[in-house]
Amino acid sequence: MSASDTPKRSMRTPLGRVRNLGAAHSGTGDFWRQRMTGVAMVLIMIPAIAVIMMLFGRNQAFAAQTLGSLPIAIIMLFFIVASTWHMKIGMQVVIEDYVHNEKLKLAVIMLNNFFSIAVALASIYAILKLSSGV
Amino acid sequence: MALSIVHRATGIALYVGTLLLAWWLIAAASGPAAYGYVLAFTGSILGRLIVFGYTWALMHHMLSGIRHFVWDLGYGFKANEREALTWGALIGGIVLTVLIWIIAYAIGGVR
Repeated sequence: MSASDTPKRSMRTPLGRVRNLGAAHSGTGDFWRQRMTGVAMVLIMIPAIAVIMMLFGRNQAFAAQTLGSLPIAIIMLFFIVASTWHMKIGMQVVIEDYVHNEKLKLAVIMLNNFFSIAVALASIYAILKLSSGV
Repeated sequence: MALSIVHRATGIALYVGTLLLAWWLIAAASGPAAYGYVLAFTGSILGRLIVFGYTWALMHHMLSGIRHFVWDLGYGFKANEREALTWGALIGGIVLTVLIWIIAYAIGGVR
């Protein structure tokens, strides 16, 4: 039912009609996922930063061996998935706030998805390659 | 204090910075030659500045994000509470960044 179908004396308040619909007109799914991936990032940040600090300035052999070990590979995969997902949603919010031309907005949102997925896949591929030792 | 724009700005910086993370991981998976370029970059003055800045952006964005979680849960809306949360994120972000780099230099391969 569109807004124009709404009778003038609707019992629904203006707030009730727009609730759950943000600038994307798509409800609260991304709002929730943004929070969920944000909490995930806070949790995974400590082990992930510890790994990166450990490898800081060391050579490739040590980095490859460390990143390929089971617990560290899983920490890094978790970090990659949570961060790229979180940043995809965050950037979409920024785009929806500032890009008002509808076609351009769709194109930029699409680019945002491509970029985020490309970064995620490239990073995941690297970790899996290191884990399988090929 | 209007730091919500800093949350956004650090978020955008981190977004672009994931290219660095992906480059580092791919280089590690590719071999010593590719990894040499990463080490040369992160060892340069510009590289160090970028990685240090990236650390700050990450720490500030995290603490600023926790501030948003507090608000999401319905707390911290009084003027003095908002100020405290904002200053906490601002100062905490700098403190954590410096702390991380002290530890990184202590335990890492760079002296």
